[in-house]
Amino acid sequence: MKLTGAQIVIEALKRENVEIVFGYPGGSVLNLYDVLFDSEIKHYLSRHEQGAVHAADGYARVTGKPGVVFTTSGPGATNAVTGIANAYMDSVPLVVFTGQVATSLIGTDAFQEADMFGITLPITKHNYLVTNVKDLPRIIKEAFYLATTGRPGPVLIDLPKDIQQQQAEFKYPEEVFIPGYNPTFEGHPGQINRAAKAIARAKKPVIYAGGGVVISGAHELLLELAEITDIPVATTLMGIGGFPSDHPLALGMLGMHGTYWANMAMHEADLIVAIGARFDDRVTGNLKLFAQHAKIVHIDIDPAEIGKNVKADVPIVGDVKQVLTQLLKKVKPKEHQPWLERIAGWREEAPLKYNQEDNEQILPQYVIESIYRVTKGEALIATEVGQHQMWTAQYYRFKKPRSLITSGGLGTMGFGFPASIGLQIGAPEATVFCIAGDGSFQMNLQELATAVAYNIPVKVAIINNQYLGMVRQWQELFFNKRYSAVDIQKSPDFVKLAEAFGAVGLRAEKPAEVVPVIEKALATPGPVVIDFRVRSEENVYPMVPPNHAISEMVRGD
Amino acid sequence: MKHILAVLVENKPGVLVRVAGLFARRGFNIESLAVGRTMDPGISRMTIEVDADEKTLEQINKQLNKLVNVIKISNLTQEPSVDRELVLIKVKAPASSRAEIQQIVETFRAKIIDVSLQSLIIEVTGNEEKLEAIQLLLSHYGILEIVRTGKIALLRGSKTIKNGEVK
Repeated sequence: MKLTGAQIVIEALKRENVEIVFGYPGGSVLNLYDVLFDSEIKHYLSRHEQGAVHAADGYARVTGKPGVVFTTSGPGATNAVTGIANAYMDSVPLVVFTGQVATSLIGTDAFQEADMFGITLPITKHNYLVTNVKDLPRIIKEAFYLATTGRPGPVLIDLPKDIQQQQAEFKYPEEVFIPGYNPTFEGHPGQINRAAKAIARAKKPVIYAGGGVVISGAHELLLELAEITDIPVATTLMGIGGFPSDHPLALGMLGMHGTYWANMAMHEADLIVAIGARFDDRVTGNLKLFAQHAKIVHIDIDPAEIGKNVKADVPIVGDVKQVLTQLLKKVKPKEHQPWLERIAGWREEAPLKYNQEDNEQILPQYVIESIYRVTKGEALIATEVGQHQMWTAQYYRFKKPRSLITSGGLGTMGFGFPASIGLQIGAPEATVFCIAGDGSFQMNLQELATAVAYNIPVKVAIINNQYLGMVRQWQELFFNKRYSAVDIQKSPDFVKLAEAFGAVGLRAEKPAEVVPVIEKALATPGPVVIDFRVRSEENVYPMVPPNHAISEMVRGD
Repeated sequence: MKHILAVLVENKPGVLVRVAGLFARRGFNIESLAVGRTMDPGISRMTIEVDADEKTLEQINKQLNKLVNVIKISNLTQEPSVDRELVLIKVKAPASSRAEIQQIVETFRAKIIDVSLQSLIIEVTGNEEKLEAIQLLLSHYGILEIVRTGKIALLRGSKTIKNGEVK
């Protein structure tokens, strides 16, 4: 059967069980959108390509399925770049189709031409420029395989206009053959034994769990490992939800704005079992002073992460789920009472706290705890990037994997709101909150139109401190309160803004209004924007100042 | 320390820019790079000389391996191997110094491949020491232009670098 390139794309998407595409049309993808028009694939039209990619990202993170994006060439494709880089840093599977000018025009600076192959080389797991329509079925098959296997990531297919129009025989390959791509799934048995021995010997062990636990679906195995070996678990921002935060062995988040006790435990540990984590600088603080007494077991599917920042004593390359299954067969029950008591001491010494009672203004932490309480912790949360993101990590006690969708690696302001739309599309029954800053929200607020158009009932909680709060905090602490370019008091009236888009806008200005307004938002169908007017100069504590050891936290009291 | 890596890659458009781009953005230094087809037209072989400590070398290896088009990487410095580089040197050669230059060429078993009234082009092959030695000698006469191919290398004996596990 002969199909056009555009038809091949849509047929291939059906074979890959793609039900939803996020995108924005334009001149170079007219053919693709024409075929899409007749297909059963549901297309969500964003208001900006960045919004489409972030929505696909949120959808992918909550469902575990690859997110699919269509954009046109040139500006459409370059608008997608931040979204692609964001997905790359957080290992999110995406397949992005960008239109391209016709092959005869490539390299001539044609209208709406941009070299997307070149631009996205460093921010994709792999990318393709299709130059022959006959290659298209194989390329799409490979793209989905690469995006979703091993360490997941975005794959881009740049699709010239004439390739979409040309015909070729359509036969979707059953298998892929990529000689240079063979991810290791099973851990090396010798290293597994060494890890088990290290665990048996350790007196002050800590598990340091990252996003790999969530991605590989290993949260139950992690719980089992922690309980059998009685090892406390600290999670990274990406690992949140991979271990229930209300568990007695949960230490919460570690790193720059992690808990004091998680960081102290890492600092004093004699064994760190890193699982699907990559020793990011926000986690380790000053590398030279990081966990000097600890033996390191490092489990990751990406061999390049092992030994990149921290030398591993026991390196284990493999899929977290498989490796933990293997490791669980080798470990024996243990108890670490004295160690856990020492950690409990740190917890008592410097608990996470804020004081709403003595404050007439709303404190941001209180808003987040209130969302947690009112939704009984059942809501799925997307965040933007900044102070509110850290407070969410600290005060919303996540219990389940894939319940926090946040931009960890790239730290993309403007991610959270469109991601929450994708999150809601991927989990239609769930209550979805986007916890945002007043700065971040303004980076992609045009997507309110998308939320209204498709009646996507996300509740956006703007933690409005009228500052670019995290930057202001750094200026306060490290630049002698010289608040350079962080004042954003001249922002829109978010209630009126929501109404202008056809959504519902609510506001809370006093602490007593916080819970009722959350309840009202939940009772309101469709998208709701809540403007929480909070104390302007509240800081995120505790904090590891830059280039300090993680034991040197500033507590802020 | 300098290492010579033999990198087998799929012969696809953009593969060179993938490898070069990786070195640039991760701050790895390429000392020299030579690329050419292998017996299998679908596979090219890159010979990359890098100057790196153990830790960086490990990262280079792992990051290269992450590139989907990279099939296999072998460190030839860690095994008995031979390496060669070809250099073309255009040197000033008026009649007064021509005889001396010819003598140097003979001593190094190099070749004169182009002659003009005022200059010669000399082709010389060898390892780094030999190339540096002849370059130093010829610089006394005035080198006008120089071009190097970058190193290429093979394992000694009958051992070869296979194209990875091809199904």
